[in-house]
Amino acid sequence: MAPILDINKLYKNYGATEILKDINISIEPGDFLVLVGPSGCGKSTLLNCIAGLEEITDGTLAIGGKDMTHVSPKDRDIAMVFQSYALYPTMSVAKNITFGMKVRGVDQATQEAKLNDVASLLQIEPLLNRRPSQLSGGQRQRVAMGRALVRDPKLFLFDEPLSNLDAKLRVEMRTEIKKLHQTLDASIVYVTHDQIEAMTLATKIVVLKGGIVQQIGSPAEIYNNPANLFVADFMGSPAMNLIPAQVTKSGSGAQIVISRDAGETLVLNDARDLSLPEDVILGLRPEDIAEAGFRAGDGVQEAACMVDMVEPAGADTYVVSELGGKQVTARLHAETSAQAGKMLNLAFDMSKVSYFAKETGERLN
Amino acid sequence: MTDLSMPQTQTRSQSATGKIALRWLLYVLLGLFALYYLMPLFVMLTTSLKSLEEIRTGSLISLPREVSFDAWKTAWSGACTGIQCEGLRPYFWNSVLIAVPAVFLSTLIGALNGYVVAQWRFKGANIIFSLMLFGCFIPFQVVLLPMARLLGMMGIAGTIPGLIFVHVIYGLGFTTLFFRNYYVTIPSELTKAARVDGAGFLRIFWSIFLPLSLPIIVVTVIWQFTQIWNDFLFGVSFSQAGTQPVTVALNNIVNSTTGVKEYNVDMAAAIIAGLPTLLVYVVAGKYFIRGLTAGSVKG
Repeated sequence: MAPILDINKLYKNYGATEILKDINISIEPGDFLVLVGPSGCGKSTLLNCIAGLEEITDGTLAIGGKDMTHVSPKDRDIAMVFQSYALYPTMSVAKNITFGMKVRGVDQATQEAKLNDVASLLQIEPLLNRRPSQLSGGQRQRVAMGRALVRDPKLFLFDEPLSNLDAKLRVEMRTEIKKLHQTLDASIVYVTHDQIEAMTLATKIVVLKGGIVQQIGSPAEIYNNPANLFVADFMGSPAMNLIPAQVTKSGSGAQIVISRDAGETLVLNDARDLSLPEDVILGLRPEDIAEAGFRAGDGVQEAACMVDMVEPAGADTYVVSELGGKQVTARLHAETSAQAGKMLNLAFDMSKVSYFAKETGERLN
Repeated sequence: MTDLSMPQTQTRSQSATGKIALRWLLYVLLGLFALYYLMPLFVMLTTSLKSLEEIRTGSLISLPREVSFDAWKTAWSGACTGIQCEGLRPYFWNSVLIAVPAVFLSTLIGALNGYVVAQWRFKGANIIFSLMLFGCFIPFQVVLLPMARLLGMMGIAGTIPGLIFVHVIYGLGFTTLFFRNYYVTIPSELTKAARVDGAGFLRIFWSIFLPLSLPIIVVTVIWQFTQIWNDFLFGVSFSQAGTQPVTVALNNIVNSTTGVKEYNVDMAAAIIAGLPTLLVYVVAGKYFIRGLTAGSVKG
């Protein structure tokens, strides 16, 4: 089947400033693509380009197999949900949802039927006669989604739709969007700066920085095999530990030496056959450092570390220790006996380690 | 503890009396100012209701001994402007015929301009807006001659459509400014959403922006109506016998008395000429304040 969205060598400039550089993305029907990156990375601009609200400077863009590079937004068969919801303030909820159909000249009976379908799907029937100003944030969000759903488009575009909601509501709506995606089997492009939203919703993630694609992949790929230091640092909470280390060859594997401000240097062995330069940045997720005895496996190695800080977080307890001049976080079980200022044996799962080049930040293994 | 709290309550009650005294001082002062401002209106009203005999003999600020509306009748339909003696009536209707279409057109075009400049950022939009703003500050005397020439070339010199044209052109700077500043507070995502929904330029204006605009429309209408109704310079420059607005006629009535100066008629005529703007303020005044202070539009 033809890809539902195919972006080819897309460039976007504002005057002399390059906002987006050489973007190539392709998604299949039913995909949930999340564009994620820090603010100012160009993710919203890219979404506006897909919607046709911004002209692209160079490259091509096809939706549903048809070239849409210079087609106006209304003919792209898309629907969009905005961060501020962008509900029409003077219209009732029902009018908001049917406005698009009215503009298109859809007959009254069809409008009515589709409105009722969407209203019952989103459970907003009691709100249909209200004005947007009489709705809560979550309700406005639903209406905005209703306005998009009623179009039944080839592609849905979401521009940070949850960032105006409070934390609890955000998690609820996130689940609902996911459910909606599964029941409708819709194709979605979703912009967010929240990497947790990206991980939980996406079938495919694009990490952007400075208008350049850093990595495209499934959430698991992005999480386990980040392509560079930026992706490693950006995705995951708490962030991946990135520790400067020296590498020497030992047998078929490698010996990793990490200096410590206090106490002797930490020496770890990676049995994998890797060709690494001498200076590397070692990346290890907090959950891949456990308390000794709680983790078993081929690559697991134990070492005593000084505990600088203990942060209980309910389900887990985070322990911070200084390694290679960095504050390294380990994710321990809740009942750990770790105490600040005391030594603790930690288990490092070396089979999960990522290595990055010190200068370029690119992934080495 | 009780020893400590006593003097505290005392100072509090002292400051309370001080506050009340200050409040009263404020009221008295404001009352005096209000009286001062109302004085001319009072003199105008009472004088217009007196007979000429009474004006000559009585005091300026005394109430009329005998209320008579003769002066009003004369001012409306009998006073002489030069050689004709038809009162203000025909000129009053001239002013209505000029002001109503001119206010309507300049408001509508200003709304469209503001919508374009605020929501459809095209290249050079800011320059065009600055130039229009500049138009607000051009002294009207400067444009009299070129405008006279233009009106002549268009063949509408000395006509009511000519005056409408002049007022629409010179109102655009302000009306565009008003609407632009109002629409700039409306999130551009609204326009984007409507574009994705399939609405075009005019549809978005008509269905989404105009319904939002009531407060600013009221502000603009009051402003434009006051400007156009009270205008004298354009009225006297670009009209001819029969198309003069009420302000020009008022001037002629006051300046072309023969024999005795009829103060009561002059006063009545002045009040008649000022009545419509007063009416607009009374009817739409509360929206005026609301519109001026209206900030962003809550979605």
